[in-house]
Amino acid sequence: MVKVLLDKLDGLFAAIAQKETLYIPIDTPTGAKYEKWSDGMKMSDALNTVRSPKDFFFPQTENLMEFKTEGKKIEIIDIRRENEDFVLFGVKGCDVASFDVLDKVFLAEPVDSFYKNRREHATVVSLACNRPHETCFCGTFGIDASAPGGDVVCIKTDDALFMDAKTEKGEKLLSLISEFTESTDGKEAADTAGVIRERLKKLPLSSLSAEAFGDGKTSKFFDAPEWKELSQTCLGCGTCTFVCPTCQCYDIKDFNTGHGVKRFRCWDSCMYSDFTKMSAGQPRLTQLERFRQRFMHKLVYFPTNNNGMFSCVGCGRCINKCPIQMNIVKVMKKLGGTENG
Amino acid sequence: MQKIKREALISRASELLKNGTVDRVFGWKRGEFDYDITPALFHSADELEKDFVWGSLCGANFSKYLVKEAAAGEGKVLVFLKPCDSYSFNQLLTEHRFPRDKVYAVGVECAGMLDAAKIKAAADGLSAIRETENSVIAETLYDGDIEFKPDDVLAERCLNCKSKKVVAFDEMLGENGEADASARFDEVEKLEKMTPDERYAFWQNELSRCIRCNACRDVCPACTCEKCVFDNPESGAENKAAADSFEEKMFHIIRAFHVAGRCTDCGECSRVCPQHIPLHLLNRKFIKDIDAFYGDYQAGEEVGMRAPVVNYTQNDPEPGDVVGGGANG
Amino acid sequence: MQVNGYKPLIVAFCCNWCSYAGADLAGNNRLAYPADVKIIRVPCSCRVNPMFILRAFQRGADGVIICGCHPGDCHYTSGNYYTRRRMALLFSMLDYLGIEKERTRVEWVSAAEGAKFAATMNDFAEKVAALGENKRLEDLRCKK
Repeated sequence: MVKVLLDKLDGLFAAIAQKETLYIPIDTPTGAKYEKWSDGMKMSDALNTVRSPKDFFFPQTENLMEFKTEGKKIEIIDIRRENEDFVLFGVKGCDVASFDVLDKVFLAEPVDSFYKNRREHATVVSLACNRPHETCFCGTFGIDASAPGGDVVCIKTDDALFMDAKTEKGEKLLSLISEFTESTDGKEAADTAGVIRERLKKLPLSSLSAEAFGDGKTSKFFDAPEWKELSQTCLGCGTCTFVCPTCQCYDIKDFNTGHGVKRFRCWDSCMYSDFTKMSAGQPRLTQLERFRQRFMHKLVYFPTNNNGMFSCVGCGRCINKCPIQMNIVKVMKKLGGTENG
Repeated sequence: MQKIKREALISRASELLKNGTVDRVFGWKRGEFDYDITPALFHSADELEKDFVWGSLCGANFSKYLVKEAAAGEGKVLVFLKPCDSYSFNQLLTEHRFPRDKVYAVGVECAGMLDAAKIKAAADGLSAIRETENSVIAETLYDGDIEFKPDDVLAERCLNCKSKKVVAFDEMLGENGEADASARFDEVEKLEKMTPDERYAFWQNELSRCIRCNACRDVCPACTCEKCVFDNPESGAENKAAADSFEEKMFHIIRAFHVAGRCTDCGECSRVCPQHIPLHLLNRKFIKDIDAFYGDYQAGEEVGMRAPVVNYTQNDPEPGDVVGGGANG
Repeated sequence: MQVNGYKPLIVAFCCNWCSYAGADLAGNNRLAYPADVKIIRVPCSCRVNPMFILRAFQRGADGVIICGCHPGDCHYTSGNYYTRRRMALLFSMLDYLGIEKERTRVEWVSAAEGAKFAATMNDFAEKVAALGENKRLEDLRCKK
């Protein structure tokens, strides 16, 4: 483990940015967001960015291929390029865990080459959450916000950032910035982690449990009468799915440019009336069915297909952003039938 | 702080349930925290007693839900209307979107709603929100209590409240106020005074944050098309993502244009935007222009008014005169 | 039509009863107007939905003009009165978003006004050409 004094952080960022593209969370008047580092930027202390960092691996829209038409000839153009190396700094435990969820989808056969390309070129530097919020429930899914995953794991104390490389990529990054760091026994970091763990225990949602859900629970919950009440006032907008770090559904469409076609994919939302629309129509005709799909997917279908891994990481974004304040915590408590899900 | 208390709403709703006037009640349901209040239907006095809440964090406008809900049950549904909600209510009636005789409307005096996002931005780890006569107190996990002046955390639409008057009700709880829309165009005027380059930069910055979640459209009481053009693959305009900055502009221009003359300025679009895009500034521009070009008009003020965009006079100004681009100008 | 070397693409929505006939008359009378004005015939000027205008810009138009019968002369009695209101509001909104107001215009051209049609198109094309390429309502995906 090494540490870097906080007042040296600007220099450290500059050193990384010289070698690779560096993205850090910054504050804006409308909430935190990731931005390409440039001189003078300060890392945000906000807990969450409004949009999750899944954008870096699975952007909201991306072109997949192009077609050029000339007369009766069609030319197919492969637009894939090798991604450049980049560093994603300050990712919180929940968001790092969301990458594991996305990996299950995009790195399983058939591998998504667009996603894989970005994933391989990224070095993820995570950061423990010193001040978890009342909306946090990562612990419910076995995530420890005091010890997040990633290539390099950081803990911030009052005056320093403690950095611990966990992978080869992480080692490489730390060697790049060795002039800014000094070695340490990490006692202060361990103390801070202890404080964080105490804080996590005291959070209002700390006792929320996902035990009632998981592999094989489809028949238990599919026809539950509670769905009606839970989905009654859902607007059918896509806010929850688009701020969610683990939502991974997309649609592939052709855009007619007037002189060719750009085939692109974009995020889709199970809340939308034309989600998974096929020639026979949309299989989920009511908002109840669409609403149920979202939560069943996260709490039952996904764990069924992925050795029990839930596709929620407890980041709390949906609690903050849903226009009608309906969210997975309310769903878990209601369906689980107890105060704690 | 609201003058009318939660108990007053519950007791009136329970009475109306008991005497058979209504068989269900639209209300705000308690959540995990003080601010995550969900619109919900209540069917009994017990349910109301347990989960019904009313206070300065009950922002949701129920009028749009009536399009589906009013005709769904046997009896009448009770709906509580804040002043701004009542304008949407009237506008929907004007458009024949729900049967009036299936709804029992109770107007509620409103002292303005708080913006939970503003409080959260200043209070890290918000565990509770309390209100006293002249202040809003945020209890936090790590920094103790933080006190705000109500005006500093009031919702944008309430800072520029157009009316304290409930314009549609069967009965009223509290006192009915007056309409006063004098200040709401200040921000629009500020933008109008900028150069086109500055305005372009302003909107480019705001709209580029759009994630196309459609929350602004889906919450809007004026957006009640059975199938939106942006969801309809046959329309040629369907799009699920802002794939180019053009798409953002097109969506927001068309959204605002489609509700021009019908938008009551209830402010729900800006309230729900996860990216805090000031969408009301688009709607208010249309309202301001309509007032200036065709005479003052407030959508939803009365039932049966003819919206200015589906109306005309022989002496309307030419586009070139009012915008200044044409040979007529 | 070229200003500073720029040749703009203009889309002109013309109503079937007056302005399209006006364009015809301009042609019959051999009155010159820029060949880069592409006419789209519509049954009435009020057929033009705001989306048509935005779509035209998306697909590369530098200016969009709507031509209809003079107020009072609409073949359908009142269509152009609605056009007048809608376009006043829409163009004002485009201006509010910082999009050059000279790129949009409404003009009333009767079937007898071939000369006015040609003059209008010449003037409009010149003004749009002076602005240069439409950058603010372009769709980068449609660029060649």
